[in-house]
Amino acid sequence: MNPAYSVILFTTASGAGYGLLALLGLAGASHGRASTMGFALTSMGIALALITLGLLSSTFHLGRPERAWRAFSQWRSSWLSREGVLAVATYPLALAFFLTWTGIIDAPTLIAPLGWLMAILCWYSVFCTAMIYASLKTIPAWNSRLTVAGYFVFSAATGSTWLTVIAYCFGRYVPFQSILACAAIISALLVKYIYWRRLDKRMKAFTMANATGLGEGVRQWEVPHTAQNFIMKEMGYAVARNHARKLRRYCLFLLDVAFFLMAFAGDHPWLSFIALPVIMLAAWVERWLFFAQAEHVVGLFYGKPAV
Amino acid sequence: MTSLPSTTAKKLGLVIDLDTCVGCQACATSCKEWNAQGDSGPLTDTDPQGAHISGPWFNRIHGYEVKEQGRDDSRIVNFPRSCLHCEEPACVTVCPTGASYKRAEDGIVLINPDTCIGCKLCSWACPYGAREYDYTQGVMKKCTLCVDRIYNTNLEPEDQVPACVKACPTGARHFGDLGDETSAVSVLVKERGGYDLLPEMGYKPTNKYLPPRARRETPLAHVEVLPKSSGSPMDKLFAWADKLLSSSSSSQRENVADHSGKLEG
Repeated sequence: MNPAYSVILFTTASGAGYGLLALLGLAGASHGRASTMGFALTSMGIALALITLGLLSSTFHLGRPERAWRAFSQWRSSWLSREGVLAVATYPLALAFFLTWTGIIDAPTLIAPLGWLMAILCWYSVFCTAMIYASLKTIPAWNSRLTVAGYFVFSAATGSTWLTVIAYCFGRYVPFQSILACAAIISALLVKYIYWRRLDKRMKAFTMANATGLGEGVRQWEVPHTAQNFIMKEMGYAVARNHARKLRRYCLFLLDVAFFLMAFAGDHPWLSFIALPVIMLAAWVERWLFFAQAEHVVGLFYGKPAV
Repeated sequence: MTSLPSTTAKKLGLVIDLDTCVGCQACATSCKEWNAQGDSGPLTDTDPQGAHISGPWFNRIHGYEVKEQGRDDSRIVNFPRSCLHCEEPACVTVCPTGASYKRAEDGIVLINPDTCIGCKLCSWACPYGAREYDYTQGVMKKCTLCVDRIYNTNLEPEDQVPACVKACPTGARHFGDLGDETSAVSVLVKERGGYDLLPEMGYKPTNKYLPPRARRETPLAHVEVLPKSSGSPMDKLFAWADKLLSSSSSSQRENVADHSGKLEG
């Protein structure tokens, strides 16, 4: 699949934003009121800015961005629509949480339920984003629970690293934050390793022979176009096996580096400043490969022997 | 609404005969011509006069070479591919805006160009490559089964069929109600063993494909086998002439071989 930068930015930025916002909700639920106004304002500001950046970026993928509001209507059947509805629902809830968390509205009993509700909403948004891809039977690489797991672990890994950095800036660092980040990064390593292993080892279930119904011994002889068409540009994107292997190694290496930086952040919390760009870059490379290495079944009609 | 109708009164669709299709592209060009000015129009191309012309087509004709087991030669199958107007189209259910829909009255899958946001997710959900993006208008386009022809009473009754069906010079494309078991298309599918593309996807395509018929042996395949001589004087004359010509050509070949041998030596 064509790895569109707008969609990569959408999924990585909003993933980090939802991951951070969910953790802030949980922090409020367990500790009550925020320590300082500055910390609450900065952390929630960054989380919502990341989410907003992602959502705005996703509209650049649209042919008619001015009609994007229509995407809130089909939540009954469409994961993309559900994602949109939840994304918008996050804002008023985040505002309500912010007002109680900072004490602008004096209702300490509401912090915990609002925090939990916000966290659940954030996770469900990430789930919807993942399901947009995982629900597509036409792309066997994505049509798996590992896709959902991958979106969750990267959301958690990037979100918790952001939290560590912000907490350190406001003198609110506690080792639990970097331990959480380490656990999330290790999970990301594990999930991606299994995902790529499955991708390489899986039997290609669909063949040109059964797609065309013409049996074994069929091959493309004449193409249905005189110049590149939309289907080829969108679904026909292929990354060289060698390049993909290298990029996977870079991604795993970046995750390793981020893990060790966060592991030593217990004694030297400033290391999380270096870990942040490293983990964000790892997420970007992972997401690029996620798209670039996914083969679409329509390729069978365009000459691929099996997908 | 992108939720699907539980049943449709009719299942209008196409039956495509892979045996008689000659790959002339008449259906594809006729489709583009009609739909460029109909409900889906304009179907604009980018760089229309240049080297990199590109634009949406609802119907594309692939050519496949099929090599059957135990044969040295292969056969060419022309393979028109368009929207199959599935009974369970995932392209419709993934649509976030409701621009994609399946009609309850006849099962035709359509896009409302006024509400489509051009997110392209429907094209990702379709295994058949039926939906193409219009880069000029920023919306998705697809086969409408010529909904603006088949119910168009301004046209003569014989013209109230999809443009591709009307244009086909070999009668390889058939249009009708595949939900009605007694319809001509349903009978044809039954008689010829019509099949679905990628049935394992579970989208239940309405359109059916008729497989190429078994091959007949052609005399051309046996030119190598010479008829036996009847022993008549005329046959003997020909046999003598054949021997003379064969020997002279073989000696000529020897000469050439000798010559080249000398050159090398």
